[in-house]
Amino acid sequence: MLELINVSRRVGAEDHIIDVSLQLQRGSINVLLGPTLAGKTSLMRLMAGLDAPTSGKVVMDGKDVTGVPVRKRNVAMVYQQFINYPTLTVYENIASPMRVAGRPKAEIDAAVKKAADLLQMTPYLGRTPLNLSGGQQQRTALARALVKNADVVLLDEPLANLDYKLREELREELPKIFAETGAIFVYATTEPHEALLLGGQTATLSKGRVTQFGETTAVYRRPADLLTATTFSDPPLNVLAAEKRGQRFSGAGGVDFAAAPAHAGLGDGRYRIGVRPHRLELGTTHAAGFDARVTLTEVTGSETYIHATHVGTDIIALVHGVRRVDAGDTVHLSFDPAEILVFGEDGSAVAAPAAMAA
Amino acid sequence: MSDHATTAHPSLPGAAHSETAIAARSRMKTGHFRWKALIPIVYILFLLLPIYWLVNMSFKTNQEILGALTLWPTNPTLHNYRVIFTDPSWYMGYVNSIIYVVMNMVISVAVALPAAYAFSRYRFLGDKHLFFWLLTNRMAPPAVFALPFFQLYSAFGLIDTHIAVALAHCLFNVPLAVWILEGFMSGVPKEIDETAYIDGYSFPKFFFKIFTPLIASGIGVAAFFCFMFSWVELLIARTLTVTDAKPISAIMTRTVSASGMDWGVLAAAGALTIIPGAIVIWFVRNYIAKGFALGRV
Repeated sequence: MLELINVSRRVGAEDHIIDVSLQLQRGSINVLLGPTLAGKTSLMRLMAGLDAPTSGKVVMDGKDVTGVPVRKRNVAMVYQQFINYPTLTVYENIASPMRVAGRPKAEIDAAVKKAADLLQMTPYLGRTPLNLSGGQQQRTALARALVKNADVVLLDEPLANLDYKLREELREELPKIFAETGAIFVYATTEPHEALLLGGQTATLSKGRVTQFGETTAVYRRPADLLTATTFSDPPLNVLAAEKRGQRFSGAGGVDFAAAPAHAGLGDGRYRIGVRPHRLELGTTHAAGFDARVTLTEVTGSETYIHATHVGTDIIALVHGVRRVDAGDTVHLSFDPAEILVFGEDGSAVAAPAAMAA
Repeated sequence: MSDHATTAHPSLPGAAHSETAIAARSRMKTGHFRWKALIPIVYILFLLLPIYWLVNMSFKTNQEILGALTLWPTNPTLHNYRVIFTDPSWYMGYVNSIIYVVMNMVISVAVALPAAYAFSRYRFLGDKHLFFWLLTNRMAPPAVFALPFFQLYSAFGLIDTHIAVALAHCLFNVPLAVWILEGFMSGVPKEIDETAYIDGYSFPKFFFKIFTPLIASGIGVAAFFCFMFSWVELLIARTLTVTDAKPISAIMTRTVSASGMDWGVLAAAGALTIIPGAIVIWFVRNYIAKGFALGRV
């Protein structure tokens, strides 16, 4: 078990990581989710021991490893950029951690062949990394992380620089491959849907803080606060200000609807309502809704993104099918009051849909 | 990423099938001569003329050199070269030069490697100022340093030794080597260092097994620039030597014998002095441009 206890890291006058506490279990898949500069890489570097925390403790299997250099820890890390040793062959690249550890030749050979086989790199073992495609280079790096049999495997956006097809393929394989080793698997990503596909646990990061840590689907369905919900929503979460009086929510620009049974118990007052883009529908399917002025539409083939403004706030709706809506048009967007996230004025969640399909 | 991939052949000429090459070839076939081509031809002739004249002279006898103007040797002779290769006071000049140049190359690169690594990988107080200050050492003419060096090395009894010249040249070569190597090192992503530490490499093992091969071309270029400076430098080398470590360039300036100036031998010595530089340039020809840019391309 890898434990971070009130870990902070300051570089100069900047806080990179602020008071993070996490417990990562052996054999678990952990996703660090957050936008660029949220502190994912900084946090990973602290877990690896590449950087030492300014304050707080890092504990591995009950042993305090704060400040223990990375060499002395059994970790593996794969970077977003494809990092290999350009002068060594793929075989030597993969074998590298075992060679340093001074393992017998036969054992190294067996492990390298097995890892290469798993990652479909067997035909390329004799080449040097720079003569490989990006995907193969990253597979080499992943194979090196695999043979090390590390306690902690850190993957820092490993698929971000790969093309779509390869990404799909590797994303499916990776958790399976590393699950067998029983390592603590940590995966950083900026994409919410990648976190959902990987499953396991997710920690959402924002500006150096972990805003929530828990089972991935639970974090997605019941975000603890507005920040988590925003981080864990792509396209961005739509946030409307509304006031609850009696059994009705009402807000600027004609938002006025009856509260769903789940929200009936909320006291009167001002709230912020989060509506995920795919929950918004064109037309008056649902009772709750508002008019918005379209600024841009993007058609992805089977879906249409509608960017619009509604009393000064940007709204994004993701609707099925190809819809012809022109910029400048006014459309009516509606949503099911039962499927909204309700946050207090301070951003903390007060209600989430009871059963929201991801 | 893969910046080092681009270091492979940054200065290679364009492919032989490039548009301009094809156009040039088709022009040659038609026999049509473009007057623009005259400019580089004249320029190259102008550059090569003194070298040709030197080589030309080295194969002539003194009588012919001092006699009427001849464009090539009428009685070609190897006598001048024979003099150099048989007379120790001549050939030892080459040996001395090569000894202190090689010593200087080794010292400069060995000292510059860790320094360049520090400048490339770590931020420390005043790093940028220090880095720039290094280069300013090259801005003073060597004559400025001749006197303090002479005084200093006499005090330590190092006058007329190879190491004295090698160390003195370090003043100019170490900063240059640091600058060149820093450029090449910064082209290697820092993540490679970290990956090596994660794999369990100790620093020395990483540095020699992983890092040095990555910047091999940079080391070659840095060594070449050290060679070039140390080989052609005359003033300090002459000031610090008397007889035992006297460089060839110093010997060449003192060739007035009882029978007057020995022009032919002097020309042969000059021709031989050019050769080592030409050989070394051949080895690093693909990386020279990057070296002149101090590794920053």
